[in-house]
Amino acid sequence: MNALFHKISRAGFALGTTVMLIAGCTKSQPSLTAAGATFPYPVYAQWFEAYRRQTGIQINYQPMGSGAGVEQLRRRTTDFGASDVAVSDDAMQSMSKKILQIPAVAGAVVIAYQLPGLQKPLQLDGSVLAGIFLGRIKRWNDVRIAAINPGVDLPDIAISPVRRSDGSGTTGIFTSYLSDISPQWKKQVGVGKSVNWPVGVGAKGNAGVAGVIKQSPGAVGYIELAYAEHNKLQFAALRNSTGNFVLPSVEATTAAAAGAVQRLQKDIRAPIVNAPGKSSYPIAAFTYLLVYENSENAQKANSLKTFLEWAMLEGQGMTRDLYYAPLPPQVVELNQELIRKIH
Amino acid sequence: MNTDLQTPPQSNSNAEPLRQSRFGNIGDGFFYWTTLLFAASVLVVTVLIGFQLTQASMPALKEFGWRFLTNSTWDPVRQVYGAWPYIFGTLASSFLALLMAVPVALGTAIFLVELCPYWLRGILSFMVELLAAVPSVVYGLWGIFVLIPILQPVQAKIASSGLSAIPFFSGAPTGYSMMAGALVLSIMILPIITAVSRDVLSNVPAAQREAAFGLGATHWEAVKGPILRSARSGIMGAIILGLARAMGETMAITMVIGNGKNASWSLLAPANSLASILANQFAEASGLQMPSLMYIALVLFGVAILVNAAARLLLWNMARGTNHA
Repeated sequence: MNALFHKISRAGFALGTTVMLIAGCTKSQPSLTAAGATFPYPVYAQWFEAYRRQTGIQINYQPMGSGAGVEQLRRRTTDFGASDVAVSDDAMQSMSKKILQIPAVAGAVVIAYQLPGLQKPLQLDGSVLAGIFLGRIKRWNDVRIAAINPGVDLPDIAISPVRRSDGSGTTGIFTSYLSDISPQWKKQVGVGKSVNWPVGVGAKGNAGVAGVIKQSPGAVGYIELAYAEHNKLQFAALRNSTGNFVLPSVEATTAAAAGAVQRLQKDIRAPIVNAPGKSSYPIAAFTYLLVYENSENAQKANSLKTFLEWAMLEGQGMTRDLYYAPLPPQVVELNQELIRKIH
Repeated sequence: MNTDLQTPPQSNSNAEPLRQSRFGNIGDGFFYWTTLLFAASVLVVTVLIGFQLTQASMPALKEFGWRFLTNSTWDPVRQVYGAWPYIFGTLASSFLALLMAVPVALGTAIFLVELCPYWLRGILSFMVELLAAVPSVVYGLWGIFVLIPILQPVQAKIASSGLSAIPFFSGAPTGYSMMAGALVLSIMILPIITAVSRDVLSNVPAAQREAAFGLGATHWEAVKGPILRSARSGIMGAIILGLARAMGETMAITMVIGNGKNASWSLLAPANSLASILANQFAEASGLQMPSLMYIALVLFGVAILVNAAARLLLWNMARGTNHA
């Protein structure tokens, strides 16, 4: 009985000290709150953890989705936001103050498929993909697919397009790529986080789409690079703006960002799909951090500024293992100009 | 204690003595008003939900009006919304699920109550209740990893056979389909229909059962005649509970139904449901999409009320029929 009492009191004491320690930490160090996109969450989580270890500054991030990230920032419930889709001028109007949009990392959207017996990666291009997702190209041995895959024995099975059923930045990137290439797609479907798909099976999230593709022979769909790699799915090489067929990779995505630098100098929000450059992968995009240029709280502005500077230099080195593409030096420079404006 | 026993039976049909005793002491008065408050809160919550949904869906109600119910386009790019494929999908998948679940559930319930050896009854009942305790996401995962790989080759066979000429089996087979959705739903509503039917059947007065046997009825004749007749309004209630669960089910069905965009008669084609589109698009909705989703919720609310009311009417009719017979 006595021993038990001792044990409990000791445990209680230990718990008490821990609580005090934690409370002490959070009080003495500034902390930032943020919310937004789920797609870059794995890399942000690593950044925030590494940054906390180095500086003691705690950043709490809620991966609620891009739309929610913008909304929370608009209501000023967060110190900064994150979105896979750049905020348009219209949406910017509803913000109480000017916000800066800073590309954080780049990502690639992969065309994954399930075709048993195919050894080499399939080669596809934008007009064939638009044909598939418009429901015009129905079988894998269609002449339009065969024409860009010389010498490949394409199976005579039905194509089953798979797409997202939920609203998603990934869908936004994919549809902006299709609209860029196919006038028909632009006219009939358009660009958006969710669109009126002419055909296909819908699945929730990248994981859902990857799951359907993995299970269904003949399926083809679009997912983030990391999910294709983790699920060991086959994926296609895509024809880029110079006519080269490029396999998706971290390097090819960074190359796309570098190739698009002229567009970015005019507007940092410019899409980087179909970017110029021989080794650019055509379906690439940035994910953005959204911050107020003038944040009223000087101490917070300062912490945010140092974090962003850190993310542009040290942070970029941590992305590759998670299949996110680091920004090319040209884009980092553009970002640093933006970050300097924060006060 | 004793007063209860001494209460004459006719006082049940006459409300006066009851009311007197209700206000006879403070405790009973308090009890009456608190329970009344709780009961009223159900009504208030229902009305508030309807009000809130109407208010939130106002922009879409104004823009699309009743056409929303019949329009089949859901286009967030052009901001044109219609709910028909989702209404159709919810109704079709729920009724298909009932079609499959009710015979099995009823058979199980009859077996449990009338025919089952005593030692097996506990085990079987426990298994049925276990099914009810499985979270719906688990059914969804089971659907993806077990049911769909089984369905895919079956559907491919159907599609390549002559059956594909029938509208029910037309289109390319993908596994993720109305068929998969209805199958998963049917398993999910099985336990509730079974459990409630079992309770209803075991409440059939023993006298009825014994009378039937006494007249020389076989097991089958006894069940078919007096037992099912006196249990049928309760069984109807069980089916309504199952239907309500099927219509509101979200997670499992969205994982297997394929989230298609068309209202199609084909069992092989991807379909959709009201609950499913809500779950899918709520997080990233913008512009008129949000009020339209609220409108969808209002429609789901309305459909649920309508179906329940219709079932209730059916039940009343039935009860009247039983009394006359």
